[in-house]
Amino acid sequence: MKKLKSMIYKESVSGLIFVAPFIIGLVMFLIVPLGISLYYAFCDYNILSPAVFTGLENFKTMINDELFWKSLQVTLFYTLVSVPLKLLFALLVALLFQKTTKAAGIYRAIYYLPSIIGGSVAVSVLWKRMFATDGTVNQILHALGIQTTISWLGNTKTAIWTLILLTVWQFGSSMLIFLSALKQIPSTYYEAAMVDGAGKWKQFLKITLPLLTPTIFFNLVMQMINGLLAYTQCFIITQGKPLNSTLFYMVHMYNQTFVYYKAGYGAALAWVMILIVAIFTSLLFATKKKWVYDGGY
Amino acid sequence: MKRKKRTNKIIYYILVTAIGFLMIYPLLWMIMSSFKETNTIFLTAGSLIPEKFTLENYKNGWKGFAKISFGTFFQNSFFISITATIGTVISSSLVAFGLSRCRFPGRKFLFAMVLLTMMVPAQVLMVPQYIWYSKLGWVNSYFPLIVPYCFAIQGFFVYMMYNFIEGIPRELDEAAKIDGCSYFGIYRRITLPLMVPALVTSGIFSFIWRWDDFMSALLYISKAAQYPVCLALKLFTDPGSTSDYGAMFAMSTLSILPVLVIFIFFQKYLVDGIATTGMKG
Repeated sequence: MKKLKSMIYKESVSGLIFVAPFIIGLVMFLIVPLGISLYYAFCDYNILSPAVFTGLENFKTMINDELFWKSLQVTLFYTLVSVPLKLLFALLVALLFQKTTKAAGIYRAIYYLPSIIGGSVAVSVLWKRMFATDGTVNQILHALGIQTTISWLGNTKTAIWTLILLTVWQFGSSMLIFLSALKQIPSTYYEAAMVDGAGKWKQFLKITLPLLTPTIFFNLVMQMINGLLAYTQCFIITQGKPLNSTLFYMVHMYNQTFVYYKAGYGAALAWVMILIVAIFTSLLFATKKKWVYDGGY
Repeated sequence: MKRKKRTNKIIYYILVTAIGFLMIYPLLWMIMSSFKETNTIFLTAGSLIPEKFTLENYKNGWKGFAKISFGTFFQNSFFISITATIGTVISSSLVAFGLSRCRFPGRKFLFAMVLLTMMVPAQVLMVPQYIWYSKLGWVNSYFPLIVPYCFAIQGFFVYMMYNFIEGIPRELDEAAKIDGCSYFGIYRRITLPLMVPALVTSGIFSFIWRWDDFMSALLYISKAAQYPVCLALKLFTDPGSTSDYGAMFAMSTLSILPVLVIFIFFQKYLVDGIATTGMKG
C-alpha cells in the first residue's frame, strides 16, 4: 500500500497516468485504423466478406479511373482558388478592423459568424436554395436589372464557383488570427517609420506584411489541408453534379467505399490523399525559408 | 483636414456595414423565409420581410418524418454533443496537465504526436476508421460518435490547454507539493479551477463541432429514431421527402439555434480560442 502511494507521488509515473488517455486514443483511433487500412489498400475488400490480397491492383485501377483524375483536378482547382481568396479577404478585413473602436467588436462578430455556422447542414441546404434557378441570387440580380435564368448549380462552369464562394464567405476565423497577429506588432515600429517619412502603404509593405508572414504561412497550411479534404458542402449541395464538375476527392472516396462497397479501393484512395496532403505540406514548408520572417519582434 | 477625416470615417462605416450586411444576408434570408407563407418564399425571394408573418412552418416542420418529430432528433443531438464534449474536456485537460507538469520518458514524442493530430483532419480517416469500427461492431451505435473523443484525440484542445497551463505559475504547484499534495491533487485543486477559461473555450468548440458532425452520423447511424439533427435535416430536405420549403427553412433555422445562442453569449471565448491557437472555426 505504501509502495503504491509513493509510486503515485512519483513524477514520471503520475505523468504517464495523466497522458494514458491520449496514448490509448492515439493507438486505438489513429494508429490501428491507419495501419489496417494500409493493409486493405492492397486488398480486394468490401467490409462484409474477408479481404483478398491483390497487391497493387487498387493502385492500377486508380491510374485508369477517370473519376479519380477528375476529382483530383476539381479538388486542386477548388483549393488553389478558394484558399488564397479566403486569406486575402481575411487579411483585408483584418486591416479594416485594426483600429479598435467600440463598433469594431460588433462588426467583428458579424464577420465571424459565417465561420462558426458555415459547416452546418443548414447552411449547405440554404446555399443550395439561394443558387437555385428561382432562388435569391437570381431574384436580386433581376431586381438590379440583370435578367438571368442561369441555373448556377446546374451549369458546369458556375457550380464549382458557388462552392468556392461558400468557402470564401467563411473567412472569419482566419481574420481573427490575422487580427491577433496585427495587435502583436509593436506600435514603436510604425512610429519609427513615420519619423523616417514612410507613408501608410510603405509601412504596410515594409513592416506589417513581413511581420505577418508567419501567420500567413500558418493559415495557408491549415486552410490548404482543409481545402483538399473538403467534403460536406459538396456532398449536400451538388453531390458532384453536374457532369462531375464539382466532384471532390473525398466524395469520390465516399462513393467508392459506401455506395459501390469497394472499401479496399477506398482505403487506397485515403492513403493517396494522405500522401498528397503530406507532399503539399512539405512543399509549403520547403518554401518557408524564402518568404517567412522568422526573427522576433 | 478635420473634415477630410470625418468623410473618411463615414466612408469607412458605410463600407464595413455594407460588407457586414452582405455577410449575414444569407442567414437573414433563411430566418426571414422561415416566417413566410411557404408558397410565397420563392415568389418573394428577393425581399427579406415576410408579407404575412406565420409560425405555420415551424408547426409543420417539427412533425419531422417517419412519425418521428424533430424533438427526438434534438434530444439525440444534445445527448451526443454533450457527452462527447464532457469526455473531450476532461481527457484533454488530464493529458495537457501531464504534458505540462510532469517529466517522464517519451514526453517530447507524445507532444509531437499531439501536434501531428492537429494536422491529420478527421475526413481523411473516414474510411480507415469505418473499417476499424465495423470490426469492433460499433456500426449502428453512438460509440463512434462519442467514445474516441473521450481519449483526447483532438490535438487542438490538448495544445490549447497545454499553453494555458504553461501560463500558470509553477510556484503554486511547489507549495502544494510541500503540503503533501499528489500530482492528481494539484491537478484537481489548483490547476483545474485556474484553467476554467480554457475549459469553457474547448467545451464550446467541441460542442459546435459535434453538433455539426454530419459525416459520422451519416456513416454510423442508420435508424431514423437515432438520427441527430444534422442528418435528419439532410434527409428532411432531400427532394422527394418534402417540397415544403417553409418547413425546411424553419427546421434549418432551429438546427443552428443552439450554435447561434452559444455564439452570442460566449463570443469572447470563441475569439480568444481562435486567437491563441489559431484553430479553425
